[in-house]
Order: sequence, then structure tokens, then C-alpha cells
Amino acid sequence: MAQLAVYIHWPYCLNKCPYCDFNSHVAETIDHAVWQRSYGREIAYWADRIGPANVTSVFFGGGTPSLMAPDSVAACLQAVASAWDLADDAEITLEANPTSVETGKLAAFRAAGVNRLSLGVQALNGAALNFLGRQHDVAETRVAIETAAQLFDHWSMDLIYARPDQTVADWISELEDALTYEPEHISAYQLTIEKGTPFFADHRAGVFELPEEEAGAAFYDETNARLQDAGLARYEISNYARPGAESQHNLAYWFARDYVGIGPGAHGRLMLNGAVRATRQIAAPAGWLDAVQRDGHGTQEEAMLDVLQLRDEVAMMGLRLSTGIDKAAFAARVGIPFERAFSQTRLLSLQAEGLLAIDAHSARATAQGLVRLNSLLVYLLSR
Amino acid sequence: MTDPTLIRNFAIVAHIDHGKSTLADRLIEVCGGLSEREMKSQVLDSMELERERGITIKAQTVRLAYKARDGLTYQLNLMDTPGHVDFTYEVSRSLSACEGSILLVDASQGVEAQTLANAYLAIEAGHEVVPVLNKIDLPAAEPQRIKAQIEEVVGIAAEDALEISAKTGEGVAEVLETLVEKLPAPVGDRTKPLQALLVDSWYDSYLGVVTLVRVREGVLRPGQKILMMAAGRSYKVDQVGVFTPARENVDELGPGEVGFLTASIKTVADCQVGDTVTDDGNPTQSALDGFKPSVPVVFCSLFPADAADYEDLRESLAKLRLNDSSFVFEPENSQALGVGFRCGFLGLLHMEIVQERLDREFDLNLIATAPSVVYRLHMRNGSLLELHNPSDYPDVMKIASIEEPWIKASIMVPDQYLGAILSLCTERRGEQVELTYVGNRAMVIYRLPLNEVVFDFYDRLKSVSSGYASLDYELDGFRESDLVKVTILVNAEPIDALSLIVHESSAEPRGRAMCQRLKDLVPRQLFKIAIQAAIGGKVIARETVGAMRKDVTAKCYGGDATRKRKLLDKQKKGKKRMRQFGNVEIPQSAFISALKMSED
Repeated sequence: MAQLAVYIHWPYCLNKCPYCDFNSHVAETIDHAVWQRSYGREIAYWADRIGPANVTSVFFGGGTPSLMAPDSVAACLQAVASAWDLADDAEITLEANPTSVETGKLAAFRAAGVNRLSLGVQALNGAALNFLGRQHDVAETRVAIETAAQLFDHWSMDLIYARPDQTVADWISELEDALTYEPEHISAYQLTIEKGTPFFADHRAGVFELPEEEAGAAFYDETNARLQDAGLARYEISNYARPGAESQHNLAYWFARDYVGIGPGAHGRLMLNGAVRATRQIAAPAGWLDAVQRDGHGTQEEAMLDVLQLRDEVAMMGLRLSTGIDKAAFAARVGIPFERAFSQTRLLSLQAEGLLAIDAHSARATAQGLVRLNSLLVYLLSR
Repeated sequence: MTDPTLIRNFAIVAHIDHGKSTLADRLIEVCGGLSEREMKSQVLDSMELERERGITIKAQTVRLAYKARDGLTYQLNLMDTPGHVDFTYEVSRSLSACEGSILLVDASQGVEAQTLANAYLAIEAGHEVVPVLNKIDLPAAEPQRIKAQIEEVVGIAAEDALEISAKTGEGVAEVLETLVEKLPAPVGDRTKPLQALLVDSWYDSYLGVVTLVRVREGVLRPGQKILMMAAGRSYKVDQVGVFTPARENVDELGPGEVGFLTASIKTVADCQVGDTVTDDGNPTQSALDGFKPSVPVVFCSLFPADAADYEDLRESLAKLRLNDSSFVFEPENSQALGVGFRCGFLGLLHMEIVQERLDREFDLNLIATAPSVVYRLHMRNGSLLELHNPSDYPDVMKIASIEEPWIKASIMVPDQYLGAILSLCTERRGEQVELTYVGNRAMVIYRLPLNEVVFDFYDRLKSVSSGYASLDYELDGFRESDLVKVTILVNAEPIDALSLIVHESSAEPRGRAMCQRLKDLVPRQLFKIAIQAAIGGKVIARETVGAMRKDVTAKCYGGDATRKRKLLDKQKKGKKRMRQFGNVEIPQSAFISALKMSED
């Protein structure tokens, strides 16, 4: 039976963080019952479309899904289980913010069926949390981490580095601090300025400066080295885990497997009738709710990907992984063999430059290739 | 027709800005050639650009009717001459259509390089030269000093030089009277076969090609079948006429007269300045002396900044050539800059004027490569190759020797700047021929390789002399030289548009400078980039653009796939404006900037 990853988007946050360009909204009141029903209906709609499948992972993302009512989470999981086969050991992740209110709900989420927590720590430094517009202080954050570690066998923390005025030494000591909690998984992101965010305007206006390319590279190299030492291997550009603790759900994205997107603005990739479709749900929460009520689903767009688009996506996602692209999986997904999908000259010259390593079964970006992946992809995929 | 004894043909020779066009206007006005309403300031400089820059590019002529103090009405033909060094040949042809010249000198600035060059051309043409001091109304005017200067430097009597102000009109009537008195009347026999000098031609959207001639012998009439002797083409004359300066048809032009003809001539290229026009059925026995086909000496390539403008550029160049046959062009394909044209010009100013007209009249955004000159390559197999474009440089093993064009430059400069001028000329491989003083001004004559002059010499001359130095030059033959081609390579691939032909002694510094410039302009990318300057296989300078250190998106999950893929598509498209060198792509803008900077 086909494998399926399920993504469920909760669109609300307590406030918008100035660096975030995700589909998130701040609402006065939320009718949790309506949301619970709507998720259920959309899951049922997709169950109809997709047919039987083994659900390997469920991921509650946002927004801030730790603001959901725990019984809504439970209801969603029930809906998933009745729609498809949901194995007992399937990875079920919820993103949580480490505020005291949400920390109080963690046990209830555990009881609802969540077995992996992704904690949005971001920093262990008061000034930095403030700069990033976070609603939690360092003390609250520490309590949240300790609670998560107690309650969940599997948990991860998100950190943001290369912040304005941060030195590599500052960052490494912050990372050491985080490592004292012995996480099995860390997502460490270099601060990126996204268009349309308050940080974008501030950065352009010169309110703050970010490290130059060279300094950014030094941050990254040090992060890799330190986490490697701590037994957390880099398995994706910004993701580190003890062997076996990799996020199964996120791997589905990078391996270019099927995933269904439930909730406002959620994206999906589904092979239906032999063609891969890209789906996108209505982003505005009210609009999505209305559509689900009316039509049973809130799909804004469903488009078939052509071979070239598919090739580009599979390469773009797969080369982010340290294991790279599996050639057989590539051929099954894209429809043409790996060797025929790319310019041989370019593959050779990337290999010659030590940016790409290709063997009989896989193709992966080397450490040198990973840090330059954007340019590598443009080079590899251009005509 | 007019009795030749009542005709006076004259030109005005002067340095730029000494008031030639203003005087011409005043003469037309005094003779009543145009009503005040018709009188645009500086009528003769008809092109906008000419008027703006105060430079005459095309020779024009005007026939004036002047009632002299002896009671007779004279026909005065004023030939306006091109006012720049690049058009020396055209000036000499215009002058040979006249019997005399007004040597117009600014009464405060005195003799300048072009005053001298043009005065010598007039003397060479056998002219009666009438010295006239202009701008006498200015407080800084020093007529006595300038008269002495004219005598000393130019070597003609000047104590009786007229003192005028073309601006206020003071003394202008006296100029006309002096012309009638002093200038010899033209001589010629109207019964002889037609023999006329082709002075100029231009394209008029209404009349087609208009040809300006000076009749020496015989008569030119509408309907007549004529022969251009050097071009070997014959035409039937449609119209014959004169400019007063308004166009006026006449029944005939006789000996001594100056006027135009039209004859269904297709392009101005068929009308070569200096050619002899004769009667096809009854040709003259001898062509007039001094004909030289126009030869471009300075070359550069022009590329449209946007490749989509290529056809527009081709059309615009063709339109310009309609009126300027001394300018030539042919298609060129450059790896770095795309498709464009290799263009040849009479000189640097000519090149600048053409570029400016393309920019202004045709609204084209152009990239121009560094100017180069014509080299003569003597090949080992005995053949001679004229090289117009460094990218056509043949295998060095096949070359026996190379010759480059030299010029003889006359530079006039206030003596406090002399040292700087001398070191500039020496630095450019110049050889001093002469150094003389006139009061506090020095005149130096240098022989210089034209190659060294086309590369920012004029700008340097002006800057080291605070703008006071004036330059005139003439071509001075070819000389063998130790020239090398410096190739600029990006990842071992030559960039045609940036290659240079330079003297061995400056190959390394010029090559190094170009490599450094490119290093700063080429953005870092996936692969490291080697930028080299080489002579043949020998690398003389090298710079490396390091590979980029980090270029990766931190976050990319399921929800990002579509957006990131679209961004990737955009970046892929952006690469179409890039030029590929091995496995790196370089934006065209980097090459454009490299070329622009080399003009500084």
C-alpha cells in the first residue's frame, strides 16, 4: 500500500514574529469546535481522493499548533486513523512554543496521541528572544524544554543563529547550553530575512545588519562541527539528529514522497492516477473554513507537475539531504532515469569540482556542495 | 551665370569657438540672404548636434549677393568647412574649391593648434589669407599682441588685420569689402569640357543625395549626363541650384561657381569627396589633383545593451551612413557582448559624434569597446593583412612583422603646463620633433603612435593642462613596432571584446589592470574563476575570483517546495543574460563595466 505523510496546519499565533513569513494569523477568538469539525471533513475528503494508504507520519504545524485544543488534536488523529491505516509507531509531531501556558498543555497533547514534540526555542538568550519577538523568556523556555524531555521520548528544538551582533563564540556557547538538555534532534537555522516581514523592511532600512557571506559560512561550519561532536549528525542542511531520530515526516518532503496538506494554506504532493499533483489549500483561515463547510474541502489549486518541474523539485529537495537522492526513487517519482534527467557535462563538472558525489545508487551534494546548494541547483538545472 | 570676375569664393578657417559660425551668420545677414525671421542663430551648422557642440561636421555653402562700394554686385560663395582634426581631408577639399580664406582668430585667446593647422591648409591650397581678429568687444581682447603672434607663428602679414566683433556686427561690412578687394577672382573657360570638384554630399529626405560642387571649367546644367571620374559612375542631372542659404534652382553653374546637383544618386558613398565631376559625353582630359578615398583609421565595436535592439542599431547605422560615407560598419559577433557591429571612423571625434548621434537621435543604449587603430600585418607568406579588430589577430607564428599608424601632433599649451605635456607624450612613446615658444605659449610637435592616442590621450591632455592645451594631428605613415596582442581569458576562454593590441612595454600593466578590474566586477559563484591576461600562450597577469562560500536556503519543507521551485525558475531565466565561460557564467554587465572603466 502507498505511504502517506499527513500535514495539518493550524494558522494562529499569539503574535506574529518579525522574521516569520509563514501563513499565520492572530485572532481574538477561536471556535475550536468549528476547527475540529472542519479538519475532520477535509481529512475525509482527501481519504476519498487518495484511497487506502499507510500513514507514516502526522505533523501539526503552524502557526502555533500548541495553541490548539488538545481534544482537537485527538479528533484529527482519530479522523486520520479512520481515513487511512495509522500504525501505532507512526511519528506524530506537534510544534510547540515554550510559553508557560503551552507548557501546561503538553501532557494533554501527549495523551491526545502526540509522540514527538518540536519546540520553538529559537534562542537561550533574553535579548535575542526579545529581538526575535518571542513571547517567552529564558526561564520559561528552560521549563518548557525540561517538561518536553520528561513527557516525550522524541523531541526536537529549533534554534536561530547568526543573529545581528552575535559572534560565533556567543552562538557556540548558546548551543552548548542547549546540548546540556541532550536533545536527540536539533533544527538550527541561520536567520534569513524573508520578503514581506517586518525584518525585511528593518534590514533594508539598516536598523540591523546580518553577518556577511564569509561570517555566515563560519557560523555554519562551527555549528556542524559542534553538533557532530555531540553525536548529532547533519542529515539535512539545517537538521541534526542522533542516528534513528531523524524527523520521519520531514524526510517524506525531502525524499519527495506523497504528503497531503490539511488546513489553511497547506501544500501537498500526491501521486494520483500516475501523475504528481501539487495541491494548495486556501490560505485565509475564514476562507478555508467557509470552503470546507460548503464543499467539504478548501483546495485553492491543484496542478499536475510536468517532468521538468518534478525533476527540479525532486533534485531541489533531495540534494538537501546528506544521503542525497536515491536514483531508483527518483526514476519512480519523475518517470525518467536519473542519468537521463540531467546534463552529463554538468554532472561531470560538479563531480570534478567536488560538489556532487554520484555512485551507482545515489547522488548527493558533498559538504562543499551543500553550502552552495542554491547555485549548484541553478547550474545543474539550467538549460 | 555670373561673370567670373564678379565671383569671390572663400572659406573661414578658425579654431573651435573662435566665432566662425557667428561670423558666417553675420555675413549672411548683412547681404540680406535671409529675413530676420528665417535667421536661426548659426544657420550653417544644420545638425542639432553640430550647433550644440559648435562643431561643423558637414561642409555647407552659401551664395551671397554683395553690393560693393564700387557699385558692382558680387557673388560671394562662402564655404563652411568642417572644424575638426578628423576631417582634415574634407577641409582641404573645401579649401581647394576657394581662392581665399578668412583666418579668424579670437583676439584674446590667440592662435591655437587648429588655427595653425587650418591656416597651413589654406596656404597650401594657394589661398589669399585675410587675417581677422574676432571678439574685439571683449575686455580681454589684445589685438596688438595677437597680430604679432599671427605674424610670428603663422608667418603671414597681420598688421592690417581687421578687428571685428561678429557678435555685435562691428567691422563685418569691412570684411566683405576686403574679400572683394583682396581675393582673386576664379578663372575658368566655359567652353571647355565640364570639370568640377566634388566638395561634399549629403542625404536629404526630400531631394535624395545632394552633391555640392565647384565648377572649374565648362558648364553644369540640368539634364546633362555626368561622370564621377574616380567612382566611375555616370548619372543624369535632375536639378542644379545654389543655397542663399535657402535652396534655389538655377539653369546652370559656370566656371568659378559653387552649387549643388541632384541626379538620382542612391547613396552618399557613391559621391566621394574630392572626386572630379565631368561631362559623360565630353569628358575633361584631366581629373583634379588631390583625390583620396576616405579611409577609416579608428575602429571600435558597438553593441546594443539590449540584444533586442540589434535590428534598430543596424537601421540607425545605415541611416547615419546615408549622410556620412566616411563611417563604415560591418556585423560582428562577440561571445561576451552578443551581436553588434565593427565600425570604422576618420578619428576619435568622428567616433564620438557617431556614438552620440546614435544615442541621441535614435535613442539607442550602446556598449562601445575600446577604440583601436588599423594595423598592417606582414605575414610570413608574404601577404599583407590590414587588421581592424584585435579579435581577428592571426596566429602569432604566421606574422613576420607588424606596422602601426603614427601621427604628427601639434600641441599648443601655456608654458606652465609644458612639463606635464612632455611627460605625457614621452609616456605614450612620443618622439619630439620641435619645441618653440611664442610669448608664454609653447608649441610642441610630436610624432606619436595613433594607438597611444586613441587610448584616453585627449582626456589626459586636457586634464594635465587644465583644459588649455589644444591638439591637432595628421597621419604620419606606418612604422614597424613591437606590438603584441594581450588576450583576456576567463577560465581559459578568451574574451574577444576585451583583447587589446598594445606595445610590448605596456602589455603587462594594461593586462594586469584589466584583470584586476574584472576581478572586482565578476560576482563570486559556484566555481572559482581564473582571470588571466596572456600574450599568446604566455600568461602575464592572473587574478582569481574565489568560489562563493555559502549560498543555501536554510529552510525548505513541504510548504516551501512550490515557491522555491518558482524562484529557481526565475534564477534559471536570469542566466540567459549571462555569458558562459567554461562552467561559469558571467553577467554581460560585468563586461560592460570593464569596458566603461577602461574609458576613464
